[in-house]
Amino acid sequence: MDATQATDSVIATDATRANGAGDPAIVATGLTRRFGRTVAVDSVDLEIPRAKIYGFLGPNGCGKSTTFRMLCGLLTPTEGEVSVLGHSIPRDAEKLRPLIGYMTQQFSLYRDLSVRENLDFLGKVRGLSRRRRRERIEASLETYDLGRLARRRPENLSGGERQRLALAAAVLHEPPVLLLDEPTSAVDPRTRRGFWDSLFELIEHDVTILVSTHYMEEAERCHQLAILDRGRLVAEGEPKTLIGELAHTVLEVEGEHLGRLRQRIAELGIARSVAQLGNRLRVLLEPGDPDAAGLVGAAIAGSGASIAETRPGLEDVFVASTQSDRDL
Amino acid sequence: MRSLQRVFAVAGKEIRQLSRDRLTFGMIVGVPLIMIMLFGFAINLDVRNLRTGIVDEAGSQLSRQLVADLVATQVVEIVAREESVEALEAAMQRNEIVVGLHIPSDIERRLADPNRAAAQLLVDGTDPLIAGIAAGIVAMPFDARPSVAAPPPRTLFSARAFFNPEQRSAVMIVPGLIGVILTFTMVLFTAVAIVRERERGNLELLITTPVRTTELMVGKILPYIAIGLIQVTLILLVGALLFDVPVRGTLTDLYLASAVYIAAVLGIGLLISTIAKIQFQAFQLTFFVMMPSILLSGFMFPFDGMPTAAQYIAQVLPLTHFIVIVRGIVLKGAELADLLEPLRNLGIVFLVSMTLAVVRFRKRLD
Repeated sequence: MDATQATDSVIATDATRANGAGDPAIVATGLTRRFGRTVAVDSVDLEIPRAKIYGFLGPNGCGKSTTFRMLCGLLTPTEGEVSVLGHSIPRDAEKLRPLIGYMTQQFSLYRDLSVRENLDFLGKVRGLSRRRRRERIEASLETYDLGRLARRRPENLSGGERQRLALAAAVLHEPPVLLLDEPTSAVDPRTRRGFWDSLFELIEHDVTILVSTHYMEEAERCHQLAILDRGRLVAEGEPKTLIGELAHTVLEVEGEHLGRLRQRIAELGIARSVAQLGNRLRVLLEPGDPDAAGLVGAAIAGSGASIAETRPGLEDVFVASTQSDRDL
Repeated sequence: MRSLQRVFAVAGKEIRQLSRDRLTFGMIVGVPLIMIMLFGFAINLDVRNLRTGIVDEAGSQLSRQLVADLVATQVVEIVAREESVEALEAAMQRNEIVVGLHIPSDIERRLADPNRAAAQLLVDGTDPLIAGIAAGIVAMPFDARPSVAAPPPRTLFSARAFFNPEQRSAVMIVPGLIGVILTFTMVLFTAVAIVRERERGNLELLITTPVRTTELMVGKILPYIAIGLIQVTLILLVGALLFDVPVRGTLTDLYLASAVYIAAVLGIGLLISTIAKIQFQAFQLTFFVMMPSILLSGFMFPFDGMPTAAQYIAQVLPLTHFIVIVRGIVLKGAELADLLEPLRNLGIVFLVSMTLAVVRFRKRLD
């Protein structure tokens, strides 16, 4: 670790952002966190590349937030090591503060200070000079379309406006690493889209972004994805690759009286999950049984429903890798 | 330089939020006003007009003169005349009277005998103040003894009340009240200061910034020192205008000493803030500091009369030391140089509580 830091500082004279460009931004090995007897995060290994959006996908309580908090030094790992941009955590946690922007799950800016006052306070606390502060605040108000809201207080802003403010505050000091903990849970899909556009803009400026989510459409936008379940890393890779590698077969059954069919399919004991979407049933079959589709066909025979194999999506990957109990 | 920028950033933010928080803002002015009115008017140690019942079995000129003398002191007010001592006791039980006077039929003979009391005073002992007043009545001289050649009454001591010759309670209470009000408001404000940020989620963001714990703590208490001094001014003004309380020492000394005291109570408030998880706990802990402060500091009861254990506990409370300082400066005209010991004690309370608060506060969530 020390050797890396030494090389880093030599190169740093040239261009800070370019140092060790090939190295991952964040490396975690055997990351574990226990709260009393419960294991929130269980020996997670991560290698997060620079200038990419890296997503954490998982059900509630899977350890996303805990992992996030350990990566930025807010929680001390019970076991394991974390290194962010060559700094080891928690030892160098204070040195890392200027290099990390953190957007909390709950809105955490001051509700009784105006948009501009909030940004100004953070700029001061982050040690930006008066000039840089003014420049950055003006630029942020412009970029995140907050100009006309500058005098308003967050208590009077909409969810989307608050979220833009929170992002503006997190990137005010232009950190090379940005952690976003379920950033779009309180906004509508259109706002979410705009939000992601601004994230991709940041990537252009070499920012490494970590984002946790439980929305599939959001997860699909990430360069890389880690799926967590009960504190364990159960899958990792590009969303496309993860979908391509899925060994499970997905069937779609279309017809009437799906409730009865659903039960019949479930009783076969070969489906990982059966979910109803309107007048269709999406059946995720356990891998390794070539006759499975035939069995489902037989089970619904005579009901008048049609059956077809369909392409798996990220949600199927998610369901296949996270639920050990069958959701039937 | 950056450190100072951060301290002022926190302090400035604190003032902004305060100016928008009407309830807290109201407390800054409202609590001192209400408390000084309550203590100044309601708590009156010069007791007058105690409801008194009389049984006059003598019915003589002498007994009537005795009653008239008693009424003339204004300490008692005759509200009932009863036939028997039992009736007096019953009236006291019904809370119609708090003092009963029984003049026996043989009062003339009793007056002549120096070994016997002339009359009997029945006192409602449930109120310690009234019992004390009654002791004063017992010592009342009564020289209307035309028929008796008794020696003129002798007194062993003559008492002079220094610094407050008229013995007005407002003069005794108002200076100490500065300390009580500051303890209440300052501890409360800072006790919720960090808890509130934790409750509202602000802390999670704040601890990801480079702000240091000490900078955060200092930034949080700076505005309140100013606010505390405003409260001191308010109390002194009301004290002077309504209750005629003088300031015999210099105002500079008083403000300097108050600033030290405010810092000490703010330190305790911050310490509470690092212990409490939610604002309600912060309130509870504040009262945990408030009650012993009022009772043990010497504000209500003389410090010297307390048991040794209570005196030790009182040493930890900043109000104990401030009462000495503030009464010294306001009433006795003392200077800071006369008050170095209590000032030093306040400094210790400040340093210890601040250090503990900084040590206890973690820039972590675990």
